[in-house]
Amino acid sequence: MSTAPGRFASFLATGETLVPSLPALLAPGVDLEQLAGRAREVTLQRFGRAVRLFAPLYVSNACLSSCTYCGFSKYLDVARRTLTVEQVVEEAQSLVAQGFRHLLLVSGEHRVEVSADHLVACIVALRPFVPSLSIETQTWSDDTYARLVEAGLEGVVHYEETYDRGRYAETHVAGWKRDYDRRLASTERAAEAGVRRLGIGVLLGLSADWRADVQAVAEHAVWLQRHYWRTEVTVSLPRIKSSASGFQPLVPVTDAEYVQALCALRLVAPEVGIVLSTREAPALRDGLVRIAVTTMSAGSSTEPGGYLHPGEAQEQFAISDERSPAEVAAMLVAAGYDPVWKDAFALRT
Amino acid sequence: MLQIAGRSFRSRLLVGTGKFRSHQVMRDALVASGADIVTVALRRVDLSRPQDDILSFVPDGMTLLPNTSGAVDADEAVRLARLGRAATGADLVKLEVTPDPRTLAPDPIYTLRAAELLVAEGFVVLPYCSADPVLCRHLEEAGCATVMPLGAWIGSNRGLRTRDAIEVIVAQASVPVVVDAGLGVPSDAAEAMEIGASAVLVNTAIAVAADPVQMARAFALATEAGRLGYLAGPGAVSATAEASSPLTGFLS
Repeated sequence: MSTAPGRFASFLATGETLVPSLPALLAPGVDLEQLAGRAREVTLQRFGRAVRLFAPLYVSNACLSSCTYCGFSKYLDVARRTLTVEQVVEEAQSLVAQGFRHLLLVSGEHRVEVSADHLVACIVALRPFVPSLSIETQTWSDDTYARLVEAGLEGVVHYEETYDRGRYAETHVAGWKRDYDRRLASTERAAEAGVRRLGIGVLLGLSADWRADVQAVAEHAVWLQRHYWRTEVTVSLPRIKSSASGFQPLVPVTDAEYVQALCALRLVAPEVGIVLSTREAPALRDGLVRIAVTTMSAGSSTEPGGYLHPGEAQEQFAISDERSPAEVAAMLVAAGYDPVWKDAFALRT
Repeated sequence: MLQIAGRSFRSRLLVGTGKFRSHQVMRDALVASGADIVTVALRRVDLSRPQDDILSFVPDGMTLLPNTSGAVDADEAVRLARLGRAATGADLVKLEVTPDPRTLAPDPIYTLRAAELLVAEGFVVLPYCSADPVLCRHLEEAGCATVMPLGAWIGSNRGLRTRDAIEVIVAQASVPVVVDAGLGVPSDAAEAMEIGASAVLVNTAIAVAADPVQMARAFALATEAGRLGYLAGPGAVSATAEASSPLTGFLS
């Protein structure tokens, strides 16, 4: 069973573009220094000297999907763990003590272990002391998005991983996530349900043509802005990291290409927040906040319960920037940027 | 003196607190601006960590103007305003309702609705709004203490793009007109003041300047210069040359 294409998928299939200048910006041989200078100007103008900080909070690594690049894939024989609401609250308290007020609840795709009820219960328990709550989980039905919003959810993150249907089918071999169109249309359903911040992205290195994926995710971002004017869109372009899956990228994206992709995205979508995780190394992260990045995670653990009890469950992927949140904040200050720990207010009380 | 809801303020430059590279630079710029009123986004305030909080970097003696930035409808703006009153003990609020995160354009319908609700709750309401003369009339009738029409898109530094509308609003208003948003360089502030605005509010232009402290001072001077120019009564603009020593002066 697969879902009928959503509105954006239908748009993408027409071959029309909302970002006609992007291919030239992504082409080989551009003057990267000049591109970075333009991107920096646009970023400063729109976002100022401020970088929003957030932390992922892994609720569970239980998963019924099998994605060839992921450490949580259902066929992997790894230590699984799902946190109770109380354990989620404890992990959140440790993150709040480090300064975080923006948390992203992350889980594998397991409708029983991480049900809509469980997520609602987590949000209700966290909302008194965490003003900004987002999720990065499996996709849901419309009713569930509306329930989560009603509970106080601010944001939803659903990466399509790759917009190449053939490559998507090769790398998402089983489970809920195998349905390309359901996953893609879920961003539309979430926006319609009143989700305020919508995160989309591609996993660079998954398909052979990273430029095509960056083009598609930029089309998606601008399309979402046009159609859901109340929704703030963020984009992330994580590069594949080593994980328990043993997956190797089809075509590695170099650091220079990576910087080019982020600069180009900034120029064609000036209002889009660009998110950078701890997958990337410190030197690259430090450089990119001066150019295009507006939101960063710091001190991340990618295993459920990993902030208070590290090493008891399988992590999703290895991080590269192992600095503490305080060290990342100090880096931002030294670079002339304000680390923004809180830029939100409780949506439900 | 600038009069807002019966209170007097020396400076006609109001300043914001967003986008600065650090709280310390913000503080230095606020001092240099000479402003009496400083607006702070409640979404940025964190009362659970008072020592690091943005409020602790606001110089003593400045009047805090909490704003409802981030509110997407009237109910949210009201809820935030109440939080602001609880945090500051004051009933001043800068009303911002911006459901479109891309343009951050103020929502005329929800802003008016929120203004009515807040005035009924006893707030002194300073609404950020589009440069729309009729909307400003409605806001005034709703009991707002000022109107704050935008000069250009917020954060854009594009200058006084709404000049024609601001002139109409200034001519009709019986509350102070504070030009808010879009002023990019000191001469933009001077221009707004020259055409009769009661005050200007500047944030991005100061915060993202290479030297925010110097830029804050420059805006202070320009605001004052523009005000003096307005009070001095500019001469008429002519399409042709007018000799400063009349040719027929000897006849009198």
